[in-house]
Amino acid sequence: MIETDVAGLPAPSPVPAYRLEGVTKTYRQKGRVVQALKGIDIEIAEGDFVTIQGPTGGGKSTLLQVLGALDKPTEGEVMIGATDLATASGRRLEKVRAGEIGFVFQAFNLIPTLTAAENVGMGLEPLGLTRAERADRVRDALGRVGLTERADHRPGELSGGQQQRVAIARAIAKRPRVLLADEPTGNLDEAMRDEILAVLEQLNAEGLTLLVVTHDSAVARRARRRLRLEKGTVRDITD
Amino acid sequence: MYWTYLRRELSGRKKQTIIVATGMAIAIALVIVVNSLSAGVRDAQSQALASIYGVGTDLTVTGAQVEPAAGGPGSRFDFGDNGGSTTSDGTTSLNQSRLVTDFRRATLAASTVGQVTSIDGVAAASGALSLTNMTFDGELQQRPSSTDGQQPPSGDGGPGGVGSSFTVDSFTVLGIDPADTSVGPLSAVEVSQGRELTSADAGTDVAVLDASYATSSNLAVGGQVDVGGTPFEIVGIVTSTTSDADTAANVYIPLDVAQTLSGAGDVVSTVYVQAASNDQISSVEADLTAALPDATVSSQTTLASTVSGSLSSAGSLITSLGSWLSVIVLAVAVALAVLFTISGISRRTREIGTLKAIGWSNRRVVGQVAGESVAQTLIGGAAGVALGLLGVLAINLAAPTISSGSPAQAGAAGFGGGQGGGDAGAGGLGSGGLGGGFGGRLAQSATDIVLHAPLSLWLVLAALLLAVAGGVVAGAIGGWRASRLSPAEALRDVA
Repeated sequence: MIETDVAGLPAPSPVPAYRLEGVTKTYRQKGRVVQALKGIDIEIAEGDFVTIQGPTGGGKSTLLQVLGALDKPTEGEVMIGATDLATASGRRLEKVRAGEIGFVFQAFNLIPTLTAAENVGMGLEPLGLTRAERADRVRDALGRVGLTERADHRPGELSGGQQQRVAIARAIAKRPRVLLADEPTGNLDEAMRDEILAVLEQLNAEGLTLLVVTHDSAVARRARRRLRLEKGTVRDITD
Repeated sequence: MYWTYLRRELSGRKKQTIIVATGMAIAIALVIVVNSLSAGVRDAQSQALASIYGVGTDLTVTGAQVEPAAGGPGSRFDFGDNGGSTTSDGTTSLNQSRLVTDFRRATLAASTVGQVTSIDGVAAASGALSLTNMTFDGELQQRPSSTDGQQPPSGDGGPGGVGSSFTVDSFTVLGIDPADTSVGPLSAVEVSQGRELTSADAGTDVAVLDASYATSSNLAVGGQVDVGGTPFEIVGIVTSTTSDADTAANVYIPLDVAQTLSGAGDVVSTVYVQAASNDQISSVEADLTAALPDATVSSQTTLASTVSGSLSSAGSLITSLGSWLSVIVLAVAVALAVLFTISGISRRTREIGTLKAIGWSNRRVVGQVAGESVAQTLIGGAAGVALGLLGVLAINLAAPTISSGSPAQAGAAGFGGGQGGGDAGAGGLGSGGLGGGFGGRLAQSATDIVLHAPLSLWLVLAALLLAVAGGVVAGAIGGWRASRLSPAEALRDVA
């Protein structure tokens, strides 16, 4: 693991947010066995900003799903804090997703019938907060992404960048341990990309661990640590 | 949040919500209307039976059915020496009343009532004699070939001819035991004028009239009615307790007087039986059948099946077509709800995957999907209840009249209640009128009953429960599909 200081950002904590050992993931696709991940060994430090790059089909999304407790590895150990996601029960994985991991998707994945505030509130639903606590967190999260004024707008009434900011607000409202983003700027133009990157950098500056899968070198350059995933294996390509 | 999300989802998918809710609304409305109508028909059948057999009659005992002899004795008027006056031009004038028993059914010895009463489990029994009073009034032109002076009252052109002019009136008469009217036809009537028959009336020429008959014949308490050529004092007018039906007969007279006047002797035509309890009806029926092998014993169930006319047709239509239609529409509505839910799950794969990715538990996702289905069908159910209530209201406002008849009633009508007549004219129209009088009035002897569609709270609740059940089925299937979606797969599928 390389710990490189990025100008203006605090140094990451030595306690790892993730520790992966020998993570392998195989699945069947159209009758043949695909080995998406081949013995991945990495540690992601608490508070780090890590990007994962690589060609399409290289295993980036699979790795993100394993990290996000959406899928289990075929072999290996995926530790988030003290929990091994590889062996945790379905209920435990739900709890991890609900409390410790925030997700941001390329296509925003907002619910079109709900307002921005309601979409953010959806992320808090599993936590069993009181109405007042939920309202506070929603207000706070929207404020952090600069969308307080747009709280009552539906996704269709927002720009792409604003929709992604709502998605980020939904992810951070639960105050997760890590934020996983899958091509968060993939559907945005350059200006909006910068807008989102600024938000992510600000969150990271506040101590949130970021793991961003991206094709975009401009995004990767903003990270403290860059990984490349190719043919199921990972390389650290941080300069 | 649950309700906000549910409400937004339903309003966001208006077309689907409207289709599912409409299907369910039609199904629930049909269920309500068909069941209400069904209850209405059952009530009407009970009314029809009560008006004929009386309230509380569990069984009836009647004489065996017999083949009527052509032109039997009761069906003849006497044109002989004492049967009217004949003028020099050969025209016979006649005004004659006859009181006859039902020629299609044998009578029972009056002692049968005692026999029935002695059967174990019989709480009460009462005998009655069904008669028909027929009055011929008019002139017949004598044909040279006719020599016996008697003509059968048939429509075959017998007595009629050019120049004949006559009317034939008939009404039903029921001889009842005035000492015991708690069982039998008079148990289902109430006195609107005057009084009922009492034990003191035995052997006297007094009569109680059905209100409809009294009105149509301009008869009133204190007046007289001619029965079998004997004037009877009208002491009371009765109406059916089931307000939409007529009573069992036009005229009620004491049983002993009826027996004497008709010349039938010490007989009854029907014994009305009340069992001590519902549980004993079957055993009493069996015992009666064994004790009276030559008689016909009928239970309420048998009697209900003999209710004929459009009431019977309505009953069949509702139980067969109506029920099946309800079931089919309900099945289609549930199938629609299921299909739309499943297609909704497929369309919302990303949404469900996202919900799971952000920490929603499987149970919560399933609850949401099932809740949406139940809500859709509940909306339909509520609309269906409203629609059904409107339908029931429309039926009750329209108050359609359906006719009912029964063998007993038709039998009481005997030769056809009412009036037939023939006027002098060309081509022997007189006899045609006579025939029409005997045959054509038979159907009109049936009781017209207003069909109501009663509604119960239970029916409304059951209909709503059906809607909820439909939603639960659709929600369970949709929820099962949603629960099987792995968040990773769901997100991968749409990537």
